[in-house]
Order: sequence, then C-alpha cells, then structure tokens
Amino acid sequence: MIEWVWLAVLFPFVGFLANGWLAFRHPRATAAVSATGVGVLVAAFAVAVAVALSYAGAHGHEPVVVPLWAWLPVGSLDVWLAFQVDQLSLVMLVMVTGVSLLIHIFSVGYMRADPGYARYFAYLNLFVFFMLVLVLGASFPILFIGWEGVGLCSYLLIGFWYRDKVNADAGKKAFLMNRIGDAGYLLAMFWIFQETGSLAFGEVFETAPRELAIGGPTITGITLLLFLACTGKSAQIPLYTWLPDAMAGPTPVSALIHAATMVTAGVYLVARTNVLFAMAPVSSAVVAGVGALTALWAASIALKQWDIKKVLAYSTVSQLGYMFLGVGVGAIASGMFHLLTHAFFKALLFLGSGSVIHAMHHAYHHSHRHEDAQDMRNMGGLRRWMPWTAGVMWVATFAIAGVPGFSGFFSKDEILAMTFAKGHEHALFYVLWAVGVVVALMTAFYMTRMMLYTFHGPNRTGDQEQGHLHEAPWVMTGPLVVLAVLAAVGGVLNLPHVLPGAAWLHHWLEPATAAGDFFKPEVHLGAGTEWLLLGLATAIAAVGILGAWRLLHPETLRPAAEAGAETGLARILYRKWYVDEIYDAVVVRPLVWVSEKFLWKGVDAGVIDGAGVNGSARVARGIGAIGSWLQTGQVGTYVFFFVVGVLLILRAVTRA
Amino acid sequence: MLLGPALGLSAVLFAIGVGGVLLRRNAIVIFMCVELMLNAVNLSFIALAQQIGPEGQVIVFFVMAVAAAEAAVGLAVILAVYRHQESVNLQDLNLLRG
Amino acid sequence: MIPLFFWSFAGLAVLAALLCVTRKSAVASALWLVVTMFSLAAIYVLLDAQFIAAIQILVYAGAIMVLFLFVIMLLNLGQRGPTDMRGWVGRGVALLMGAGLVLQLGVIARLVLAEGFGRQTAAYPLPVGELARLQQARGAIGMLADPLFRQYLIPFEVTSVLLLAAIVGAVVLAKRKI
Repeated sequence: MIEWVWLAVLFPFVGFLANGWLAFRHPRATAAVSATGVGVLVAAFAVAVAVALSYAGAHGHEPVVVPLWAWLPVGSLDVWLAFQVDQLSLVMLVMVTGVSLLIHIFSVGYMRADPGYARYFAYLNLFVFFMLVLVLGASFPILFIGWEGVGLCSYLLIGFWYRDKVNADAGKKAFLMNRIGDAGYLLAMFWIFQETGSLAFGEVFETAPRELAIGGPTITGITLLLFLACTGKSAQIPLYTWLPDAMAGPTPVSALIHAATMVTAGVYLVARTNVLFAMAPVSSAVVAGVGALTALWAASIALKQWDIKKVLAYSTVSQLGYMFLGVGVGAIASGMFHLLTHAFFKALLFLGSGSVIHAMHHAYHHSHRHEDAQDMRNMGGLRRWMPWTAGVMWVATFAIAGVPGFSGFFSKDEILAMTFAKGHEHALFYVLWAVGVVVALMTAFYMTRMMLYTFHGPNRTGDQEQGHLHEAPWVMTGPLVVLAVLAAVGGVLNLPHVLPGAAWLHHWLEPATAAGDFFKPEVHLGAGTEWLLLGLATAIAAVGILGAWRLLHPETLRPAAEAGAETGLARILYRKWYVDEIYDAVVVRPLVWVSEKFLWKGVDAGVIDGAGVNGSARVARGIGAIGSWLQTGQVGTYVFFFVVGVLLILRAVTRA
Repeated sequence: MLLGPALGLSAVLFAIGVGGVLLRRNAIVIFMCVELMLNAVNLSFIALAQQIGPEGQVIVFFVMAVAAAEAAVGLAVILAVYRHQESVNLQDLNLLRG
Repeated sequence: MIPLFFWSFAGLAVLAALLCVTRKSAVASALWLVVTMFSLAAIYVLLDAQFIAAIQILVYAGAIMVLFLFVIMLLNLGQRGPTDMRGWVGRGVALLMGAGLVLQLGVIARLVLAEGFGRQTAAYPLPVGELARLQQARGAIGMLADPLFRQYLIPFEVTSVLLLAAIVGAVVLAKRKI
C-alpha cells in the first residue's frame, strides 16, 4: 500500500483540473464542484490513512522512498521525483489531508453564494496538492516545488477577491516576502549539493555528519539560510508582516493555509533537516531565540487588535514562534506535537470566526448597512444566537490558553519543559523559557478578550440586525465540532512522561529524529520539576483567563464607527509597533527609488536604450555617413583609391 | 641583357599611364591611357620572353586580342553615355553619387 | 648598336607617352599614343619578337587607335577646348601616385632580376640566345604558332568567341534604337 502514496497527491491535482475546467465552462455548477472538491479530499485522506496504517503495520524504522520518475539525471546530480514515507511525513500527511477535508466541507457552506465558487475549490485543491508534494518530497528540490507551489496558491487565494486592490496587494505582499525566504532556501540547497554531492534527504543526512564539521561555519551557514526560508514561509521575524495582511482572503483559506498547513511548512522543514540543525548549535539557538522573540512580539500586538481575524493571525504568528522554540531547542517531537494541536484549535478558531463573520455579513446585508463585519466592537453577546459556535470556540480557546486536559496544555507545556531543561546547558534558555511563560500568559489573556468581546456582554451590532443573526448551517458547524473534539482530546497523542500512557508521538517520531538526537546532549527533567512546570502552566492559564474576564469591560465598548482613537501604548500595539511603516520606509521606498531613478531611468533608459540600442544605431549611422561620403559617384575618386590599394598590396607582397 | 632596362621602361610607361588616368577627366583620353598601360605590360612580357620562352609572346598575342575587344565595347559605351549626358567629362557622369 | 637603338626608341616612347597624357586636344593625344606604339614595336623587334611587332602596328596602331579616332571625330571632341586636366591638387596627386608606382615596380623588378624566378623548375631561365635559336629553327611565326596551337589552343578558340561577343556588344550598345 505504501507504494500507492502518490495517489494521495494525485487526487487533489485531479480535483484542481476538474474544478478548473468547471470554473471556465460551468461556473455555476456548485453541486458538481462541491462533489469533486470534497470528494478528492475524501479519497486523499483515505489513502493517507491507509498508507499510515500500512507503514505502522510493517513496523519498519527506515523511511520508504517511493521513486516515480528520474527527473534530472544530469552529470553528478541525480534528482528523482520521489516521495518519502516515514514517521514524520506520515504525521504531516494525515494531518494535512484530514484538516483540509474538514475545511473543504466548511467551505461548501461558507462560499456557497460566491460567484467564484469553482475557482475557489480549484485553487484549494491545487494547494492541497502542493502541500502534499512538500511534506512527501524525498529530496530538497521536490520539497521546494511544493514550497513554491503553496506560496503560489497562497497568493491566488489571498487575492481571491482580486477586484479589490487591497486584497490583490495583500497577495502580492505575501508572495514577495516568501520569495525573500526562498532565496535562502535556494542558496542553502546549492550549498548542500556542493558539500555533500546529493540532494536526496537520505543521502544528505548520512553524508553531512561525516563530511561537515560540527558547529562549523559551513553547517551554520546552511542551516541559517534554511531558517531564513522558514521565517518567510512561517511568518517569523523579520518576514512575518504578510500574515496579518493575508487575512484579506476568505476565512477558510486563512484557516487552512495560514493556520494549519502552509505556515507550518517551515517547522516541518526544520524537523525534516533536524540532523543539520543538531550539528549547528548556533543556528538552533537562533531558531529558538527568533521563535521566542516572535511569539512575544506577536502576542503583544494581538492584545490590542479589534479585527477578529487579525487577533487570530497574530496569535498564529505567536504560536508558530512556540513551535520554532520547540524545534530550536532540539525537541522535534514537541514542536511537531504543538504543530498538530495548533492545527486543530487554530483551524477551529478561524472557522468559528468564519461562522461569526458569515452571520454578521448576513445581518448587515439585511439591514443594508456597511459596517465592518469583522470588527469585534460591532459584535458582542453573540452566544445567544450562535451557541454551538461559541461552545466550540471556547473549547479552542481553552486549548490555546493551555487549560489542563486540553491538547494545547500538553503541547505547550512540553515545549516549555524542554526549553527549561536546556537551560542547564546555557542560561540563555532560561531566558527563553521565561519569555515563553510570559507569552502563555498573554495568549490566555488576549484569547479570552476575543471571546469576551465577541460572544459575551451586550450586543453592539444593532437592533435591526439582531433578528438576522443565527447559527451557521450544519455543513459549517459540523467540521467545527470535529475539530473541537480533536482540540480537546488531542493531547493524548503525547502525554508527558510523568503521566501514564506517555509520549506516543515522541516514540513514533524517534526513528526520524534519532540521527539528530545523536548530537544533542541528553535532557533530563526530574519528575518533581515536571510537576512544578505543569502546575505553573495551569496557574498561568488561570491567571490569564480570569484576569481578562475580570479586567475587561465589554459594556464600555462602542461600535467601531463610534469608537475613539487609541492612545499611547495601546496605539503602538494597535498599529503593530509600526513595523509595516518601518519596512516601507527602510526597505520598500529605497528599493522603489533605486528601481525607478537608477535602474529604470539611469540604466535601462539611459545606458541600455541610450548608449546600447540607440547609441549603436547612431554609431552605425555615423559610419554609414562616413561611408557615403566616400561614394562621390566620381570615377576619378574611385580610381584614386584603386591605385592606392594596388600600391599597398604590392608593398605588402614585396615585403613578404 | 636588355631585360633590366626593358622592365624599367615598362614600369615608367605604366606609371605614366596611371598618372594619365588620375590626371584627365575626358573619358576617351582616360581610355587611351589604359591602352598605354596595356602596352607597357606587353613590353614587360616580351622582355621576359627571353627568359621564359615563346609563351611570353603568346600572352602578348592574347592581350592584344582582348584589348581590341575591350576598346570596341568601351568606346560603344562611351558613345551611349554621350548620347545620354551630352558629355564625356567624368565630372558630369556622377549619377552613382551615394 | 643595339643598346643605342633601344635607348633612343625608349626615350621616344617615354616622351610620346608624356605628351599623350598632357595634350588638351584628344586627337593630339591619340596621335602621340600612336607614336608610342610605333616605338614599342621597334623595341619588340630588338627583343626578338618580330611577329609581335608587326601585329602591334597592324592591330594596335592600325585598328584600335583608328577606332579611337573615329569615335573622337564622331563626338566632335577634336578641337582645342578648355582643358580637361585636373587642377593643381589633382596634378600633384597624379605625380605622387605615378612616382610611387615607379618606385614600387622598380623594387619588384629588381627582386625578379636578383632572385630569379624562385622555386621554378630547371627550365627557367632559358639559356642566353635560346629564343634566337628557336627563331632560327622554326621561324619567327613558327616559334609563336607552336605553343599557340598546341598548349593554348582552347584560349585561342575562346578568344574568337570573345571577339564575337565584343562585336555584338558594341553594336547593341551603340545603336540608337534597339
């Protein structure tokens, strides 16, 4: 069964082709599109589960490479189109197909009224295709194809409603910032090939420890370049600003791409290349440090956002920071665990917010007002009309805040525990641990704030609209419930050592991380310390949630149109620490200036056009003019030159 | 023993012919200078025939035949041009001016 | 004796050539050219090319130059009109080119005389007086006819075609109406 893993990749691609064709020929055939779009995901998920069970059943420890086609057999470079089935890729495979399936089902309801329905599903299917190529790729180039492909689909889907320039700009921003990271990936790939002579994962991870010096400049350089790519794709400092803007796309897209799958590709990359990162402690520390810093930074911004999706966007950036903190300290399984639980509860949160926005739009549509349907200041008390949505979103909030028993509690706690344990080696990690704890507190706070302003307190939407607010149809609420269950009980996948039935995911991933673990010193955390940390996590969650509940007063909020401007620190946080403005002034404007004044006017128009194209024409014309000056039409002149020529030839001949 | 002086005479006559071509503007006179040049070359061949053998004189034979043909055709051309331009002065024959 | 004849005819030839090139009247130029050709014919005789000398007078001086004079008369160019010689610059240029050419040809001539004929076969140069001896044996015309009708037969026949072509061409070009 394992050899058929490529079916899981093929099905979504077929869905893309079918839906694409439908988008052109029968754009209003919503039933056909829904059937195709969801159907191929069902098939892909089935294949994924079957392959996973087959691999588990075989009890093998080695990765199984399924070669499909010799793509680039060129000289010493031999790149195959091949998929790698091992513990790590299977985790991603099942998660991606499963969560995508749920989001596809949700989209059937959410996007029903949209004229671009078929196009939407075509792009979504294409995205799943590329994401699967990414996680199943057996070599750096194949992974990169998926990497680039998901970036493309992200651009297409963010700018889905392209007629609005804001959306198109957001898509462009995402794509361009990703490209910066991709440069890092390419350079790293070239360097890896130069140093190890291969690009296939198996060979590279075998050769690298032999050939390269541990902690040396080469491996550090390679891993830092790879991490640059991760900062782009997974929205870490400095390349994270595209993610909040990406909220311009449809909400299911935000759920799928910018919460569960695409943005986790960076974490997956570090996990996949964990051997290389293990060999470069400096790079790993950078990964952990940047992750922690990003988590803190983004959480601070989330504290003061009013758009519900922006809160979730910054929350995603922050949680991704946690994941990088995890893989940066070498706890690959912990990072992947948090990746999984985050996929569950963040997708749930986004989809839930999608239901809310859907209802708000519906209400405003009926009252013919044009208020912002996503601004929390226009919401309030929605649990009266949307109890199910409120319920599942509270489940997700508890998960992300780290309430004991929920999935997020275990995954977050494990990362923090591993970071704390590594503090033994170097005091820096105690600092990072402290940052992580502060971020956990902030997370609990801002998530509760979001729930409070949206679902509780008095309603600010307006009297006309209230009659039209209602729960979303079951096709949308169903997937929410499934995700809520996963967010609630997903913790069992990897319980901490001190609890019974422990660490299943950790053990499952051991063969994939073994090579890297070789380079890492053993981390031991006493049972006592672990219980202490668990208790601390519980306390943090409680303080965060209860603190927000007590300190915030939704009654004092005014609807967005009447709300006053922010002041002071609140203003700075609301304006995202002005990072976008800084980037614009420091990077974008100089670049545009150079491109326009220097490269365009100076080099292109001046040098290439002026000197090159026009100049060579002018030279030709000038020479021609000289030449025509010789064409006097007088035989006498011609004879003269004739004689001169003869004399010269004779001279030349006699000389020789 | 006359070879050296004969070659020298040939050179001088040839040079005079070239000078004449460069000097004059009348097409027919220029043509005559060309004939002078041909004669100089003939002299050269005849002189060298002493060393080479009768082939030298054979070549002169052919040169004369060709010169005759060329003179006939060339003068016909000049006649045709004269009919067109009313002049055989090279100054006036400049339609190929570029 | 021979050198005396040679130098006098050589001098005459050069003088006549110079006069030919510098006369204002085209007819005068033509007549001086005839004188040059006669002198050359005399020199040919001195060089054991009697037949060629005869041909020179018959064909060159007798036919070609006559043709020239026909055309000059036809076009009424015989009078003394304004000169058609170029100005001082032109004269200077012509003088320069002529001098240059003489020098260059002189260099070549000396090379030929000094180094002989290079990598030629042992047949060159002929022993002195060989040509005269051949003449004695075959006669002046016979000496010429031998290679003409043997090795150079094809060029000989082609030349007749050439002359035919020339006649046709001349007739076509000079007609008033084709």
